[in-house]
Order: sequence, then structure tokens, then C-alpha cells
Amino acid sequence: MKDNKFEPKILGIFCNWCTYLAADLAGVSRMDYPSNIRIVRTMCSGRVDPQFVLWGFKNGADGILIGGCHPGDCHYIEGNYKTLRRYLILKRILREMGINEKRLRLEWISASEGEKLQRVVREFTEEIRNLGPISEDRAFKLQLAEHKK
Amino acid sequence: MDKIKGNGEIRVGVYICHCGTNIAGRVNIKEVVEFASKLPYVVVSREYKYMCSDPGQELIKNDIKELKLNRIVVASCSPHLHEHTFRKACEDAGLNPFNFQMANIREHVSWVTKESKEATEKAKAMVRAAVYRVVFHESLERKSQEINPNVLVIGGGIAGISASLVVADSGKKVYLVEREPSIGGHMAKFDKTFPTLDCASCILTPKMTQVKDHPNIELFTYSEIEEVDGYVGNFKVKIRKRARYVDVEKCVGCYACIEACVYKEGKFPDEFNEGLSKRKPIYIPFPQAVPLAAVIDPATCIQFLSGKCKRSCQQACERGAIDFDMRDEIVEVQVGAIIVATGFKTFDPSRIPQYGYGRYQNVYKSIEIERLVNSSGPTGGEVILRDGRKPQSVGIIHCVGSRDKNYNIWCSRVCCMYSLKLAHLIKERTHAEVYCFYIDMRTPGKGYEEFYHKLMEEGVHFIRGKVAEVTDWAITPEEEGKLVIRVEDTLIGVVRRIPVDMVVLAVGLEPQPDADEIRRLLNISCSKEGWFLERHPKLAPVSTFTDGVFIAGACQGPKDIPDTVAQAEAAAAEALSLIDRKKIELEPNTAWIDEEKCSGCHICIGLCPYSAISYNEERKIAVINEALCKGCGVCVAACPSKAAQQRLFLDDQIYAEIEGALL
Repeated sequence: MKDNKFEPKILGIFCNWCTYLAADLAGVSRMDYPSNIRIVRTMCSGRVDPQFVLWGFKNGADGILIGGCHPGDCHYIEGNYKTLRRYLILKRILREMGINEKRLRLEWISASEGEKLQRVVREFTEEIRNLGPISEDRAFKLQLAEHKK
Repeated sequence: MDKIKGNGEIRVGVYICHCGTNIAGRVNIKEVVEFASKLPYVVVSREYKYMCSDPGQELIKNDIKELKLNRIVVASCSPHLHEHTFRKACEDAGLNPFNFQMANIREHVSWVTKESKEATEKAKAMVRAAVYRVVFHESLERKSQEINPNVLVIGGGIAGISASLVVADSGKKVYLVEREPSIGGHMAKFDKTFPTLDCASCILTPKMTQVKDHPNIELFTYSEIEEVDGYVGNFKVKIRKRARYVDVEKCVGCYACIEACVYKEGKFPDEFNEGLSKRKPIYIPFPQAVPLAAVIDPATCIQFLSGKCKRSCQQACERGAIDFDMRDEIVEVQVGAIIVATGFKTFDPSRIPQYGYGRYQNVYKSIEIERLVNSSGPTGGEVILRDGRKPQSVGIIHCVGSRDKNYNIWCSRVCCMYSLKLAHLIKERTHAEVYCFYIDMRTPGKGYEEFYHKLMEEGVHFIRGKVAEVTDWAITPEEEGKLVIRVEDTLIGVVRRIPVDMVVLAVGLEPQPDADEIRRLLNISCSKEGWFLERHPKLAPVSTFTDGVFIAGACQGPKDIPDTVAQAEAAAAEALSLIDRKKIELEPNTAWIDEEKCSGCHICIGLCPYSAISYNEERKIAVINEALCKGCGVCVAACPSKAAQQRLFLDDQIYAEIEGALL
């Protein structure tokens, strides 16, 4: 990683059927993107428990990207709609916790969209890089201090 | 990591794959091996050139036996590629295959990271995530389910026909569904096939008849797939049989009804002849149609439009086959495997206005010329212009809608060869001068290059250059009354004007306009161009990511007839190989409810898309029917008391993986 510039840690939680395959396709097509992202696979984006996100932030993620199938394309009929609902609520919770809600992003990326995956990961990494480390989020800092007591 | 369960001593083996230079070229393997050896519970950490090879797998098997390993991590490619390979290796060595986890350091690391140092760091994190996760893995049993031996084939072109016959000949029942009133597809429209100039109907018609007569094939023409439910081995499919207003069982194709129709002459564009001839509202698509039965087009039939026709067709039918009250019918069938062979559509050249299609009547698309040269076509095989003249000179423009970033970027693969075929046939029938305008001649295939040489010897003119425009603006007396093709001849470096009587646009192949609907019905994927996506471009070319669904022919990408047939028969073989297993082992990633923890809050019940969760009134808890559960984990993510859990994706496993990835 480059010196003096902040390199964020990014967690990707991708569904098995669309976004994980898009990341495979990006690989096969040799589309490079920043190495900050670490990808974890679930069968459906609907398996993403909001607590996974909170756990991710607690364990040092500066940004979390959830990837699912496009609306109407879910392998499990409608799991991604449930993801969307949880995501919107989760963003509010993050806001209230003093975490910049931009640190969490949900994207629909289908198995054929290797290019979109590359673009989204590049954008998101850059965005989080500009936001700085999560420990700089004011309230999060306070909470961490609280936690340490 | 600290809340690890007391299920005996945990001994992890980590194996880092070089994948030749695919991973080792970017990731410092030695460093990752060293790093892994220091992770908790890791007993051994090794590297090998190709982990998926026999010696690579032997390495794992020996270590399981000798070092008493009970958890295995392989860091190599995507689990979609080799998870089953390594699970099998574990199983062979006596370890339950689910005590295995894969770290994807090829597709997700070495292939997408430029800097070696960054790639090595990321690979370490992925390996750590896998090690942390695998510690929480447990032995699981696979459940097996019986496979329904019937096969559904969607699309009755040459791909669907070939696949159906192979499956049916093996003694399995086939349901063949075709949208048009007859099977045959595009191939039925051709006169000759390249490069052998076989007569298309002489090789296709017998196969169509075989389909009709085969005791194991149930044919649904003029029908579409309405709904697909279920999963590999047990699909439930609803087929909509559209009302054709003629009973196929009773009709013998005698044409009496068509002759008796109140329209004395055909009045409506004949779809099969690409609109080059007219048909009546009641018609038989073409003389070799299967089934050979009439069909009524309600959009043009007077009876349907006004209800006041004297219905002479009905009176003419001695067998009483015509039924104006026929309704669409939904038929439900059960199958174990599905073969999708929905084919392609040809590019619409009116999208390229400078080529004049639709504006100049002597500009044709290639598929129209296929009908013109066909002896059962609208002109009986004579190549004549719309005004009845025989063309003296013909220009064939290649790559129309193909290899052009304004339209379609792909090469349609068949156009060079069919253009050569049409050039030959036009020359044979009219003795005209024929010019082919090409960007590159692409003739890979058995006997294809030889055919190209033959055409050059026949005196067809080949001009290398992308045509700029087709115009009727004459600037010399010789150009009067002709179409002028303006092109830069890049071999001699000059702009030329070639006057011709007839222009043929060699249109490319595109995905069917409703491919997206089929994709959704079957839960398969499309490439960004819209072709159905195969499981692996090289090693699983007819499988899809949805088990039990196979693809064949041009719906997967442009291809010629030999390749289509080869792929169709491969898909049939895959389907048969699946069915003959009799039973299928299901991935044990289903969810279950911890009865102790369940508070009976009902939250999960409404979320399940498969209605697999019910409420047990007596015990006041939710119960998951694991036969219905497909393992998405939506209920698990929602359970407030963590009573719902999903095998292979336990909370503990995912928490550990996240922790390992981020540490």
C-alpha cells in the first residue's frame, strides 16, 4: 500500500449467485481494482444479518459493500428485497450511532457485470479513502472510548 | 475465535496453490505459507504448483491420514470451480467433506491486483479468513432426493430437435416446447448449408418427422413456458398451449380450409417467407411443417375481427378440425432437467440507415435471400428483384450489425460463411457479378477455408473495406437506376463506387428479444450482451449456474449448425447423465430452528419465499421443513433470538470469517 495516504479496509459481502460471480468474472477478465476489499460469500444477500455489518465495523472495516442480484433476479425469488429493507434501516441506525452512513453501500451486480464490480469497488474505495478511517467518525470515537472503559 | 466450541482438538491444514504462474506470478507464495503456518490451530501449511492435480490432492489426503488433520483450507481459485474437487479429496481421505473451506486468491486476488505486495497482503487476509472460518465447520450429511427422469426442451430449432432426439432415444420422456406453429427454427428457412451445400430441408425434415413420430417425445407447438418451479431433479413447469383454432390431432394438412378461405389471395405478410410473400389468415407455415396442421391468426381473421365471417374454412374441413372457440390451455409437466435452446434473432438492418434497408426496395437482408434461393420459397428458388428483374450484379455487405461498437461488438461467426454460400447460390442461379465487401474473412472450420478458395475461383469479387453507404445517387450514366455501394477498398487504398442491382446485407445474430424473460423463469444468467451464460466457458459450456438447466445452440452465443448440433447433443448427454444418477445429493446448506431458543415470534415465517417455515401451535415454535428449504438464509438473518441457523453459513462461521478478513 502506498505511503502517507490512508488505505481503508473494506469488507465485501457478496451473494453466491450474482455479485460473487461478478467478482469471479472480473478476475477472469483481469479487471484490476484496489486490493483493499476482502470478500466474504453468503448464499443470498438476504443472509446478511445487520449484525454482520456492525461486527465488520467493530473489527476494523472502514467501509462495507453488500452485493446482491438485481431486483427480480434473486436466485431465492425475493431475498434481495429483504436486504434492501434491512439496508435502509441499518443506514439510519449507523447514522444514530455516529457512523457516516456512506461507509455502507448496497449494490446490485449481476454475474455478467464484471465491469460494474470493478467500477463500484474503485469508486467505493476512493470514497472511503476520502472519508478517512472509521475511528475518525466523531461519535464512533466516543463509543469506542466508552467501550474501553 | 475465543468462543470456539469444545468439539475436540482442531487440526487445520493449509494448502496454497501456485496455479502455475496465475497466482505465484503475483502473490509471494512463500510469504503466505509462512504466514499461514503461524495462524491458530494450523498444524501444517504447504504450497504446490497445482493443488487440483492428482499429486496436489494426494498431498491433502496423506496429511489428513498422517497428521490427523480435521480441517482443510485450500487457497486457490474460486469455489465455483474446484470446491467439489477438494471436498472429494477430503472425503476420499475419510474426512467429512464439509470440514473444508476455500480461499479464492486467484479470481479475487492475483488476477485483479497489480502490485505484488498488495496481492500478497490480500492473499494472507483471505487465507486467515478461511482458517478462522473453518475452525467452526462441522461434519454434515448430504440429503439425497430422487430425480424425475423426464426432460423439458425449450425451443424446437435444430438445437432443440437434436437434443430431444438424443434424450428420447435413450428411453426418457421429452417435452419439446416450441413457440411457433411448427418446429424447424431458422434452419427450416435455409435452402443449402455451408460449406457442403447440403440441402437444408433434406437433412432437417427427416429429423422433424422423427420428433413427431417418436413415442417418447410429446410435442407442444405454438406454446410457451409460463412458469417454472422447483429445482434440479424436480422441476414443475407450466406450459401455455396457445389456441391455434385448429385441432392438431384432427388436421391432416390437406389445405382444403386454406383454399376455401374467404380471402381468395394471400393478403398478409408471410412470416416464414420473411414477408416476401402473402398468406391468408388461415395457413400452414411451410409445406414440411411439423405438425403439418393449419393455424388461424386471430389478428387477421374476419371471424375474430368482426364475428361475421361465413366460415367457409370450417365448412371445407371434412374432419371438423377447426374450432373458433378454442382457448389457451395450461399444461403442467414435471421434469428433472431442462435444456434451453431458444436460438437467436437476426439483426434489424434498418438500424443502420446509411445502408438503405427499408428505403431502397432492392436492399435485402440475408435471411430474405435465404428464402429467395429456396426452391420452396416465394419465387420457387429464382433470384429476382421485387420488380421481377433478374439482377446482373449483386453486392453482399458483411458484418452488418456485427463487429461494430455502435451496434454489436461481437463477431456473429456465421455471416462470412453464409455470405459465401449465398454468393455461390446467387451466381449459380443468375450468373450475376457478385461482390463481397468484408472487413476480415473469417472462415475457421472444417472445409470452410477451402470453400472460400472455391468461391474465389468461381470469380466472386472480394473487396476488403467497410461499406460507407448504399445510395441511389448516380454520378455516371452507368450508375443510373442502380444502387451504388461506396466503399474504401483498403487493399488498393482508393475509395470505390460499385453500382449493383441488388444489395444483400449479411446481418448478424442477436439474442432473442425475450431471452431476459426465459432467464428469469429459469433463474439462469445472461452475459452482458444477452446470451445465456454457461457455467464455465471452457469446461462446462452447456451447464448453467442453476443445476439441472442446460443450454444449447445460438441462445448461448452465435454459432453455426455443426456447432449447434454438437452442443445440443452435449446438453442432452449432460441431462441424461444427471437423470441416470437417479438420486441427487443436495447441498446441506439448509436452515433449522433451535427449539430451545425459538420464542415463536413468527418473524421468519412470513419471510420464507418457499413457505418452508410453519408454526407449531402445540409447542409454540417455528418449524422448518428442510425438504422445502433452499438454503438462502433470509430467515436466519432476521431471527431476533438466533434460533434460526443455516448449515455451512452459521453465524459463528461468518463472524469468524469477517474477523479474519479484517484483522
